[in-house]
Amino acid sequence: MSEANGNSAINLGQSGLRVKVGLAEMLKGGVIMDVMNVEQARIAEESGAVSVMALERVPAMIRAEGGVARMANPKLIKEIIAAVSIPVMAKARIGHFAEAQILESLGVDYIDESEVLTPADELHHIDKHQFKTPFVCGARNIGEALRRIAEGAAMIRTKGEAGTGDVVHAVKHMRQIVKDIRQLTVLSEEELYTAAKEHGAPYELVSWVAKNGKLPVPNFSAGGIATPADAALMRQLGAESVFVGSGIFMKERATPLDVEHNPKERAEAVSRAKAIVIATTHFNDPKILAEASESVTGTMKGLAIAAIEEKELLQTRGW
Amino acid sequence: MTDTKQLTIGVLAIQGDYEAHARALQAAGAKTVEVRKPEQLDGLDGLAMPGGESTTMLKFLERDEFFETLQKFLKTTPCFATCAGVILLAKRVLHPEQASLGLLDATVERNAYGRQIDSTILMQQTKLEGGPLEMVFIRAPRITHVDKGVEVLAERDGFPVLVRQGNILAATFHPEISPDTRVQKLFLEMVRAAKK
Repeated sequence: MSEANGNSAINLGQSGLRVKVGLAEMLKGGVIMDVMNVEQARIAEESGAVSVMALERVPAMIRAEGGVARMANPKLIKEIIAAVSIPVMAKARIGHFAEAQILESLGVDYIDESEVLTPADELHHIDKHQFKTPFVCGARNIGEALRRIAEGAAMIRTKGEAGTGDVVHAVKHMRQIVKDIRQLTVLSEEELYTAAKEHGAPYELVSWVAKNGKLPVPNFSAGGIATPADAALMRQLGAESVFVGSGIFMKERATPLDVEHNPKERAEAVSRAKAIVIATTHFNDPKILAEASESVTGTMKGLAIAAIEEKELLQTRGW
Repeated sequence: MTDTKQLTIGVLAIQGDYEAHARALQAAGAKTVEVRKPEQLDGLDGLAMPGGESTTMLKFLERDEFFETLQKFLKTTPCFATCAGVILLAKRVLHPEQASLGLLDATVERNAYGRQIDSTILMQQTKLEGGPLEMVFIRAPRITHVDKGVEVLAERDGFPVLVRQGNILAATFHPEISPDTRVQKLFLEMVRAAKK
């Protein structure tokens, strides 16, 4: 439990938050990959991922199979922690602080309080100040981002629309956040009070963003990134790193590549993972991006977001 | 700044906290450029190797003879490495064993202080003037052994955390994410001395 016990006042300079944000700083310019087993985690590390997200089903499978999506089994998480030397993240349901406590006890390096899992609370997110383990949370706009930061999140990621392989909403949310930030920087002092009310965000954080022209924690991107070009696009739009979920290890919407028994499918996953890592670093170099794109031997099928009914969207979860 | 000519320091920008390094070096008076490809090393006065994931950085160094070019470059040019950068520079890397440039006569054990939950900020005495120095340790490696010829400038629990050997300055913590720029200034002095 952190020094901020029982006190969720906003203090961006407190050492607990600086240590949490510190790890996010180290992950910048890298790729965080969703993995469902030890073999996938090893492929991610060998391909240059900066971190892996341990989960039982990637978003594409959750979407296809339905049912309640929960925190992964601790046994799986422990196996993955033992298998790789890079940081390991895992997801807890929105508001499910008991799952987060379990993840912290396992030594998970970052907890994703994620809309991809089925929410456990319809009103409240986790009070993330109560944990020593840092949290990442999804956001679609500045208000959502600053509410999560007020609750103690040490990293923000765009929500996009997970499990689709369609980057359009990752783009929409990143552009929205960047635009919201830019607008705040030109407002007068009295306008900032109104902006805080309109965004539903604490005035102190709105004011900090207006002065500094950025979020007080790193801003990564997630939700539909499936190709090297997608990763480069998000980096150029302002994402400091990218999360890639279903884009690396999925064949069809609900079927993963068999990386454990099928050498050809393993090679395909490796080619995708390596290419996205290269693209995330060389996001501004179209020649290298072309080479990386060419080296990929297959791409996730994908599902156009426009074809999904509104009530089926994952991004509207979270308040 | 007594020297009038501004130094140009490259910051290895494959991945990690390279922007924090650039900001801190600029605050200490240097000009910085991002380095993602071997040819970008040309003409630099010094190089900063940031914190991040050493496994990821190695993947990039293994391509296009980046590794060999960097090894040759650092034989004559000063380098300031933190955390993952120290792992890349060390002669021996443990837990797990991995390839490295082998330019710093030290043994480094990865993630030896534990996982993120064990990351911490300490205020400690060093051989630098100006009182205790803030040290931010993030999933830090531990320097378990240094050969003769490596000067230890600061320790944590008896293990070196800030060391100097020839043109190399290496910290297992992250001076670049603290407001204090004494370590950067020491590095820029080393760069100036190397130019003479």
